[in-house]
Amino acid sequence: MTPEGSLLAAEGLRKAYGPTPALDGADFSIHPGEVVAVMGPSGSGKSTLLHCLAGIIRPDSGTVRYGTHALTELTDAQRSALRRTDFGFVFQFGQLVPELTCLENVALPLRLNGTKRKDAERQARDWLAQLEVDGVDGQRPGEISGGQGQRVAVARALATRPRVIFADEPTGALDSLNGERVLTLLTNAARDTNAAVVLVTHEARVAAYSDREIVVRDGRVKDMAGRI
Amino acid sequence: MSIGHTLLGLLESGPRHGYDLKRAFDEHFGQDRPLHYGQVYSTMSRLLKNGLVEVDGVEAGAGPERKRYAITDAGITDVAQWLARPEKPEPYLQSTLYTKVVLALMTDRDAAELLDTQRAEHLRLMRGLTERKRTGDLADQLICDHALFHLEADLRWLELTAARLDKLAEAVGG
Amino acid sequence: MTLLRSRPHGERDTTVPAPPPAPPRTGPARWARDLAMGMRFAAGGGREGWIRTALTAAGVALGVAVLLFCASAPTLMNAWHGREKARENLGQAHPPPRSDRTVLYAHTDTVFRGTAIRGRLVRPDGAHPPAPPGMRHLPGPGEMVVSPALKDLLAAPDNALLRARLSSYRIVGVIGDEGLKGPRELTYLAHSDALSELTGYRIDRFGKSWDPRPLTTPGLVLVIMTCVALMTPVMVFIGTSVRFGNERRERRLAALRLVGADVRTTRRIASGEVLFGSLLGLLGGGALFLAGRLLAPSITLWDINVYPSDVTPGPLAALLITVLVPTAAVLVTLVAQRGVTVEPLGIVRNRPPVRRRLWWRVALPVAGTALLVPMAIRPGPIDDPLATGCLAGGSTLLLFGVTALLPWLVDRVVGRLRGGPVTWQLAVRRLQLSSGPATRAVSGITVALAGAVAIHMLMTGSQAGYAAAYAESGRVPQISLWGNGASWQQTERLLSALRATPGVTTARGLLDANAGRMPTPDHDTDRDLPGIIGVGTCAELRKVAHLPSCRDGDAFVTDGHRDSGTERGLTPGATINLNPPDASDEPVPAPRPWTVPPSARAAQLAPLQDGHRLYYDLLLTPSVLDTNRLTRPSVEALVRFDRDTPDAVEHIRNTAARIDPTMMEGSSIDNPHDRQYDGIRTTIFIGAVVTLLLIGAGLIISTVEQLYERRRLLSTLDAYGTRRATLGWSVLWQTALPVALGLALALSCGLALGSLLLTIIGSDVIVDWPVVAGMTAIGGGVILFVTALSLPPLWRMMRPEGLRTE
Repeated sequence: MTPEGSLLAAEGLRKAYGPTPALDGADFSIHPGEVVAVMGPSGSGKSTLLHCLAGIIRPDSGTVRYGTHALTELTDAQRSALRRTDFGFVFQFGQLVPELTCLENVALPLRLNGTKRKDAERQARDWLAQLEVDGVDGQRPGEISGGQGQRVAVARALATRPRVIFADEPTGALDSLNGERVLTLLTNAARDTNAAVVLVTHEARVAAYSDREIVVRDGRVKDMAGRI
Repeated sequence: MSIGHTLLGLLESGPRHGYDLKRAFDEHFGQDRPLHYGQVYSTMSRLLKNGLVEVDGVEAGAGPERKRYAITDAGITDVAQWLARPEKPEPYLQSTLYTKVVLALMTDRDAAELLDTQRAEHLRLMRGLTERKRTGDLADQLICDHALFHLEADLRWLELTAARLDKLAEAVGG
Repeated sequence: MTLLRSRPHGERDTTVPAPPPAPPRTGPARWARDLAMGMRFAAGGGREGWIRTALTAAGVALGVAVLLFCASAPTLMNAWHGREKARENLGQAHPPPRSDRTVLYAHTDTVFRGTAIRGRLVRPDGAHPPAPPGMRHLPGPGEMVVSPALKDLLAAPDNALLRARLSSYRIVGVIGDEGLKGPRELTYLAHSDALSELTGYRIDRFGKSWDPRPLTTPGLVLVIMTCVALMTPVMVFIGTSVRFGNERRERRLAALRLVGADVRTTRRIASGEVLFGSLLGLLGGGALFLAGRLLAPSITLWDINVYPSDVTPGPLAALLITVLVPTAAVLVTLVAQRGVTVEPLGIVRNRPPVRRRLWWRVALPVAGTALLVPMAIRPGPIDDPLATGCLAGGSTLLLFGVTALLPWLVDRVVGRLRGGPVTWQLAVRRLQLSSGPATRAVSGITVALAGAVAIHMLMTGSQAGYAAAYAESGRVPQISLWGNGASWQQTERLLSALRATPGVTTARGLLDANAGRMPTPDHDTDRDLPGIIGVGTCAELRKVAHLPSCRDGDAFVTDGHRDSGTERGLTPGATINLNPPDASDEPVPAPRPWTVPPSARAAQLAPLQDGHRLYYDLLLTPSVLDTNRLTRPSVEALVRFDRDTPDAVEHIRNTAARIDPTMMEGSSIDNPHDRQYDGIRTTIFIGAVVTLLLIGAGLIISTVEQLYERRRLLSTLDAYGTRRATLGWSVLWQTALPVALGLALALSCGLALGSLLLTIIGSDVIVDWPVVAGMTAIGGGVILFVTALSLPPLWRMMRPEGLRTE
């Protein structure tokens, strides 16, 4: 059933927290370079779907395939390694390490991958420039604005040149202007690197940056592209 | 807003007299513009002609107000198609969308389904606007933003309404 | 809702809106109300709130218990000394005349397998003798009363040798508590008809007016240091305990601000919360103390073992502890909040990251050293309040200086650190941003360790002398015995009995007595040092001197005076006094003239052996002189034994006791200081371990709290694929850095303080490296312990649940 040429595909995902099912037979697929918005009301299972797709949690049943890997079969360590190298993450807030400078934050995933400090920081500096926040290198996350922080976070997500970027309400804490800028930068960068973006949002204006949207409701996924 | 589809929808829950139909319509959707009885009559004639309703029975002293209408199978299909068809996204769409949501609920249809369809349609338009914004000049951006915000407002309102009515339906139905 | 001064119901209906309520007056009522509210928060904060309150209470309880024990020390020593004074009588310069109410009294202390046993013999002169505390009347002839502990010891199956030693007496009773220094004291009091005025002395009552000797300088220094080293970490620990859960408390206070509480109110509420914890702690500490003192009978420290009832704090000290500990807890909270403003939307730390100034931090230890160095340069007795104050003050300042220096040191060292692997970077950056909580907890370790190291050095240094002496004289397995010498026959009996004792290789002994010049009108003999006459068979005499030849009836004049440098007038043909005055005798006793045989020949005393010096001036064979003419002759025997014979020493002691129970023993077999030292060393070590564990607990709490606060971030890092090990290592580094710095500081400070103190008491500076290594190892253990216990919560926080928006 995996759509031809898809980069990341999930089938029949089920996941329950206690007696409440968060995912109840969800399917999903995304192609390289594609931006897919995941929409749905709060508590519908959007984030759980994202966590399953990214291999952060293991679904109770169902499969997630990433390229040739069956993500759901990999060990925790293997999935962690995959997340370090192939995936990038942007969350709503609270993701930057407050003690590290912005530059070090961006360099962190590279260093976790074993890149030398100098190299990592040089690349990080480029990413910061690309995200239009090259002035914040030495500052700590507490000393910069929310919009700048989110750009640093995007830079960090892009730093390892991931194949898939998972963004969970990336503009939820930003005003419209900053939100748009961050989205534009994120989707542009993803298109430039042919990365796929899974964009969880409940806002139509944010979803409008996607190529296609899916709706999660009561743990089930409706692919709106397939409808027409 | 399609009065014909609305009246058909109202008939789905059971046969009604013309006068009942007007009362039901006014009650649910006619806060601003109550329906003239003549509109009911003419609409019903058209629906009869199209085979979407049938006369269920006539009481003594027959006049149009004494006719009892019932929906036909063709009528039910027509309502379903209408509900499933997204409206062209445009400002001030609420009344139509609202009518659709209420009718969907009254006829035990899935309001969420309707919403998803509508959202997809809205998003299609919004994507176009976003893309135009990306490439356009400042004036373009401002215009697009205006439209985007309105469209988003529509959707949000729709979502909220659907969520509320879902709860209401649960409460009533449960 | 109670916070928003809810109006009485009646007022709600008034049509005119009430003017805004006047700002609340800060009156006692207001204080009480806010404190009470804080206490209610502490008591009703759900499971988490209870855990926090319990931690504070536990910390305070431990601190209070330690304080109460310290405050009990004076009462304890008074009770202990008091019972000793009430039951003892060392005799008087002028013995009471024999009467119906007098008793002959003698000491028969002995040692059994390294354990000292206090023995007393009595022989009443009449029908109404006094009795010491703990018994209604003295035991009858051949009877004895024993302490419960001795009764048990005597009953133990493998103690037949001890039973044999005391076999002349039948146990007829047990000495009551008021007659014992402590529950584990080994003592007996026996009625012996063999007791004579030669072997004992006459008393007419028990109880002595005798004050214990004031502590020696080393002892005093040790006591002061122990108090300082014990109290400082306790204070630091109480300070740390009341901050447990501070961050979450601040969050709650922010919520209170949001509903209208003002800053002062929040401070009072915070104080109330802490007050509740510390009051619980106070109760807990009291309970811990009461429970702990029940263990007193089973603990022997410095040979002191007491009853639970002796462990009672002085009323003033108890009152101070009760009042000051909660007050201090509230003060610490208020000081901690000084740099913090709780705003409705969160905490504003309006103290910019304080630049830790060095000068006053250095000033503390420098001042402390300045107080101690003069005393080290001119060591002298510490007998006046000024010197005592200097010593205590100096040590305290030096120890507190460590606490003050540590934050600065951590800041400085961490601030300079750059680079390194990611784990290291995470830890270092974390410490750079806020090293406060970790450092605070660690400063407790620092003081405790520095104190422990200093005390240890003091102990080692002052014990080294004893240890060396005992090691030197204990090299040769021998025992010397001395006692009242009735006659040469009795001496011979003793010697042959000793030679027949299992394990004895050789024994020698003489009967000896003093003799001096005859008094003449122009010579005052009072000031003369008496010469010593030794009586024994030729065989015995040959063991102490080189004799040209010897037959019974011979006499020899030795060269003993050459060593002492004084001529004592014991020359052949001279008439000497066999009843020389001794310094205390008044009036001068009647001289008992005796002429040294003119045939006496010269003899050379044998070279000094085994550190035993021979003093005999005149050596006589038994037939030369009737020993009854000698004044208070004594017998001295030197016994060598075979170490491989089990219980050889006990057999020798039994033999001596059989011949004469009042005979005394001198040996280097059991160094009593060793036992004391071991006990104290163990205690210090256990104390250090407990302190470190407590502080480890504090560190764990602050680490876990910090992790909890960052669970969202941790989940994010997990999403990024960060290895658990990476974060685990960073927690380890984060703990290890301050602890390592603290240890280094503690050791250098402890060694410095120890060296100073050793110099003050005039002892060689010796470092007990194994102990230093041990303490360092414990410090390392604490790091691992804290990290290990922080890992499960860390991993729990790394779960994706933390990513879900709240």
